[in-house]
This record gives sequence, C-alpha cells and structure tokens, in this order.
Amino acid sequence: MFNRRDVIYSYDGSFEGLMCCVFESFVRKEIPEAIIVGDPLQLSFSDVLEIETDSQKAMRVSRAIPLKISDFTFDTVCKMFLSCVENKDLLILEFLHKGFKYGRNIEHMLADDTVNTVNKAVFHCTHEAHLLKGFVRFSDYNGYLAAVIEPKNKVIPLLASHFTDRFRNENFLIYDKTHRMALIYFSQRTEIAENIDFELPDANAQEEYYRELWKCFYKTIGIKERYNPRCRMNLMPKRFWSNMTEMRDELGITENSANRILQKNERYN
Amino acid sequence: MDIAEKLKILADSAKFDAACTSSGVDRAGGYSDGIGNAAACGICHSFASDGRCISLLKILMTNFCLYDCKYCINRRSNDVPRARFTPDEIADLTINFYRRNYIEGLFLSSGIIQSPDYTCEQIIEVLTILRVKYKFGGYIHAKAIPGASPELIEKLGILADRISVNIELPSQKSLDMLAPDKSKNSILLPMGQITKQIQQNSYDIVKYKSAPKFAPAGQSTQMIIGATPDTDFQILRLSEAMYKKYSLKRVFYSAYVPVGDSRFIPAANEKPPLLREHRLYQADWLLRFYGFTAGEILDEKHQDFNPLLDPKCNWAIHHPELFPLEVNRAPYEMLLRVPGIGVKSAQRIVAARRQAKLDYKDLKKLGVVLKRAVYFILCMGKRAEGLIVTETGMMRQLMSASVVKELEDNGYGGEQLSFFDTSPTLEDRVKCLTGEM
Repeated sequence: MFNRRDVIYSYDGSFEGLMCCVFESFVRKEIPEAIIVGDPLQLSFSDVLEIETDSQKAMRVSRAIPLKISDFTFDTVCKMFLSCVENKDLLILEFLHKGFKYGRNIEHMLADDTVNTVNKAVFHCTHEAHLLKGFVRFSDYNGYLAAVIEPKNKVIPLLASHFTDRFRNENFLIYDKTHRMALIYFSQRTEIAENIDFELPDANAQEEYYRELWKCFYKTIGIKERYNPRCRMNLMPKRFWSNMTEMRDELGITENSANRILQKNERYN
Repeated sequence: MDIAEKLKILADSAKFDAACTSSGVDRAGGYSDGIGNAAACGICHSFASDGRCISLLKILMTNFCLYDCKYCINRRSNDVPRARFTPDEIADLTINFYRRNYIEGLFLSSGIIQSPDYTCEQIIEVLTILRVKYKFGGYIHAKAIPGASPELIEKLGILADRISVNIELPSQKSLDMLAPDKSKNSILLPMGQITKQIQQNSYDIVKYKSAPKFAPAGQSTQMIIGATPDTDFQILRLSEAMYKKYSLKRVFYSAYVPVGDSRFIPAANEKPPLLREHRLYQADWLLRFYGFTAGEILDEKHQDFNPLLDPKCNWAIHHPELFPLEVNRAPYEMLLRVPGIGVKSAQRIVAARRQAKLDYKDLKKLGVVLKRAVYFILCMGKRAEGLIVTETGMMRQLMSASVVKELEDNGYGGEQLSFFDTSPTLEDRVKCLTGEM
C-alpha cells in the first residue's frame, strides 16, 4: 500500500515538522527516499517536497502514537529524535509506519530490522546521556556553576530533570558545544536554549584549589599494580576526556598509545 | 598538614576497598532546601587508571589504627605516613566535589582510634554535619566499625544509605592468622544486627510513613582474595550463605595486593590474583542473577575455578545432557544458563519469540554472543549452519580472547585443548594471567 517514491521530504528540523512529514506520508500513501532538514545541499534527481509545519497535523500524529501504538513507543520516538544517526528522520517514519500497522506489538518485534536499528540508536543516545550524568564537570564562578560537554547525540533534554533535581537550589548552565544548545537553570527555572555560543571563563583561585584536590584524589585512588588503561578507555571513552577536569592531564601522556589503538581500529573497519 | 596532603594519604589508604557503587536507592528530590539526590541505577563519575569506577569520594577519616592486621596497609606496625581529617574538612570536601559533579557521594571508612565506639561516633559526626547542616541528599556509604555498640550502628544506619562490615577473610583460621584483633563473631554480630534492622525498618515504613529509613541501599561486605590458602569453593559458599542469611546486596572481592613483609602472606613482588578475582565476580553474578547455586558452580572435588573457562561455560560443558536447547521454546531459566546469553538477551528472546520465530540472525540482533551460544542451542530445530563440533575448536571459541592470546604467546597454539584434563603446567601459566578484566 505504501510505495517507496523518488521524492525527498524537506522540513524545518522541529519535532512538529517531523510529525507533519509522517502525516504527509500517510496522506500521499508513500515512503520518501529521504527526509532532510532545510534545502538539499546536493543536486538530486528526485523531487523535493517541502513539508510545512502545521501544529494541527503534528498534534494529530503525536496524539495517535500513544493511542494507537503505545506510550512506550512515543517515548522511543522522542528519544530517537535526539539521536545522532544520520537518517534518523526516515527511520522514525518507517518505524511509525510499522507501529501503526502492528500496534503495541511493535515493542516486542525486536528482531525486525527497523525496530532493531531504532532500538540500537536510542540506546546509544540514552547511554551517552547516562554516562554524561557522571562525566559533566562543573566549575564554580562566584556561586554560578557552568559546564561544557561535546556529546554526539542531543542529550540535553535527557539530562535536564536529573541535574535540575540534584542541584535544585543552585544556578547552573550546561553547554552542548556540538549542537550549540544549553540547559540553563536559574532561580529554579529550567530553560533549554538553542543556537547559542558559550566559552568557559578562566577559573578563580578557589575553583583551581578544588580542581587540584580532585586531580590529587583521582591520581591517588588508582591502584598501580592493577594499571589497566584499556579497561578505563572502554568504560570512559576518550572523546569525553577533554571536558573532564581530571582527564585533561592524562590526554597528553597516552596520546601515542591512543593513536595506535585508533589506527588498529581503522584497519578492522 | 594541608588538606591536599591529607587527602593523598587518606585516599591512598582507602583505595583497596573495592566497593564504590552508588546504586540501590532512589531519592529524587532529597531535601527540598538542600542539595543532592540519589539515582537507583547508580552513576559512575570517572574511571581510575586501573579501570575501576569512581563514584564516591572514597577516603578514610584517619589511617591511624590500633589493630595490626597483616594484610592491611594501615596496620599499626607498618611504617606509612599517617593523617586525620576533622569532620568539617570531610564535609567541606564532599560538598565541594559534589557541587562540581565530581562525585555521587561519600564513602567513609576509618582506622580504629581510641576505641571502636569513639571511631564510630566520629563517623556519625561527619554524616550528621552533611545531612543536617548541608542538607545533603546524595549517597553515603559508611563502614560499620566491628565492635561498636548497637546503638551507634543504628544511628549510623539512619544517616547512611549503605553500610558495610568487611568480613575480610573467608575463614576463622585465616582471620586468626592475619587479623588477630578481629574475630568472626565481632564481624558477623553487627552484620546480623544491620540485617535485622533493615527488615524491621521495612515493616515500620509500611506502618508509619515518616519512619526514618535504615540503610535504604542495604548492606555489603568485602573479602580479600589470595592472601590466605582458602579455596574458591569455600569463598563462594560463604558468599552464598551471606546473601541468603544476611540478605546482603553485594559481596565484593579484592585481589590481594601485597603491602608488606609478613611471612604468612604472598611476598611483595607477587602480582595480585586478578583472574581469580574476575572468576569470583563472574560466579557471584551467576548466584545473584542467573539462579545458580554455589554447589553447581564448584564442588568438593573441584574446589577452584577453571582458569581457561568462565564458570558458566564450565558448568555447561559438564552438563551435555541438558543441551542443545530450542531457543524458541526453552524456559527463561534455562535460557539464562546458556553461555553467551545474559539476562538482557534472555529477556529479549522471551519477548521477541512471541512475535516471530527466531533464527540465528535474529539472535545476533538481540545481543546474544553466538560465538559461545551456538554450541548449546537450536533454532527451529536446527544447528547453526556449518557448525563443526570438535573439542579443541569448541574450547577455543569458549575461551575469552585474552586467554587465547596468552596461551598463544606462551606457545600453546597448536596443542590439543581438552575440557577435562588440562595439564598442570598450562593451568599454572594461566593462573599467572593478569589484566584479564
């Protein structure tokens, strides 16, 4: 019933916009070749269909998901939207097509290719968010806390409730350098800001003091008879290190060994 | 002495305590006018150079100690620099580290100064400052000092999320030998009290909503591995008994890192028995999540782990009568016993097979480690395509990559490998394996 057509959907990048793509795909009884944000960069032989964001249509789709499929599936779709997977929009569309066909059974169709790909991408995203709950490092600037992260997925919305609950009486900011967005918590109010730039200011003496203490603790707590850098890197991948107080020093020391490992991995790929 | 120096000494003396988990208690919200919460899943904030997770600020209050336990780096007769934190210093460090999201909370232990009661009171003071003055809602793991009075342990339990009493050595004989100041009784007594109070508390909470929670994340303990001649079977049986009798949340195993010159224990140049520790953790997981009993994993005749195979593989190859299993029908409990299928993938199989029959390709998607599992399963009545079962070939597939590599490096590449009669030299070599994590 749904044919794959040589057509590309283009939308504004918002969640509502994507829901409208889903709406349009059902109306036109087709699955597009790709879904892109904004204008196509490359010249393509396919037609580009610009999908306008209409909150009425978006509402109809996003209400139908929990109703006709399940709450769990809606949650999956929301998380998938934050994923860094390249064709996430098309995957969401295909996933929802199957969802509306099979209903809540889709939750258990784990061996299905689309469901499996979506689940893996969602895990990658939520797992990164979980790691960052630990790896975020704040610096204190006269009572205000600020941190910078560089995640692959848009994890900020997934971190919000954790940090606002934990530091409910602080004022803080977590800046996502990759996606230029920030979680701002000020006077007990949460805000997620997009398209902003931010640099951490220099630390003051007191901040430096606690950083040094923390580094001292970090260096001491490792048992040198059990030195195992490989294990550490598996559990705490290197891409997080540059934003972690205690790891910045380590980056220099093991640069060579890390390069070797990277080269080895490339050969396998 | 400045704080940095103290921190260095007191973190260094606490590093052999394995427990650094922050899981088991969900306290969203914490104190409304304070700081901090606790997440049930636990959060690792960093990983040390040895690959172990850092989730708590793990320090001793002091490393001065009355006792002279031979395995311990802080024993009275050992010549190491000593230091002592004041309760305010610890609280200040904890809060400042916590605000910067360096840590999930505090793990506080201590050497015994003056008396067990006095030491316990000091720990209680730190916890009181944190909970009352700073309204700290983060995770606190405190050591119950063996020999402290029951009233003090009770106070401690109300302030902390988890308390632990280290059993240290697996038998009274070993304790007599290495820790003459401690007895099995003085360790088990507080452990029993804590268990009782946790149970009592679970009733109270039902009756009175405002009843203070007693050690909501439960109780744990730690054993030192490789300092005494106790066998793996003895250790595992003890763990099983403690899980059952004292409802412990965790038993931690700590490979002994030689810290002295005592004539009873391995000399300082010997490597810590990391492979053995690894095997114990694997077996521990089998006890807690896979429905195994200690008697199934090891027995009187086989008192030690097979160094080549993990305990689950080892069990499976000794029970050929139960395999292969049809993945599409086997009960969940049996799926759990297949090498290469873990709790997650067993749950996924049970869910997915209700929607469609599963074949090998599907299992791979569900996260099953087919490399090991293929020898023990059937999909829709069929063996995996092209599977040739020879003892050596199977053995190679069942061993972990690092064990295989170590064997090859030692020139065992072409040799026949057998399940049941590994030559002693081979075993000895593998026992020396380290870094197998």
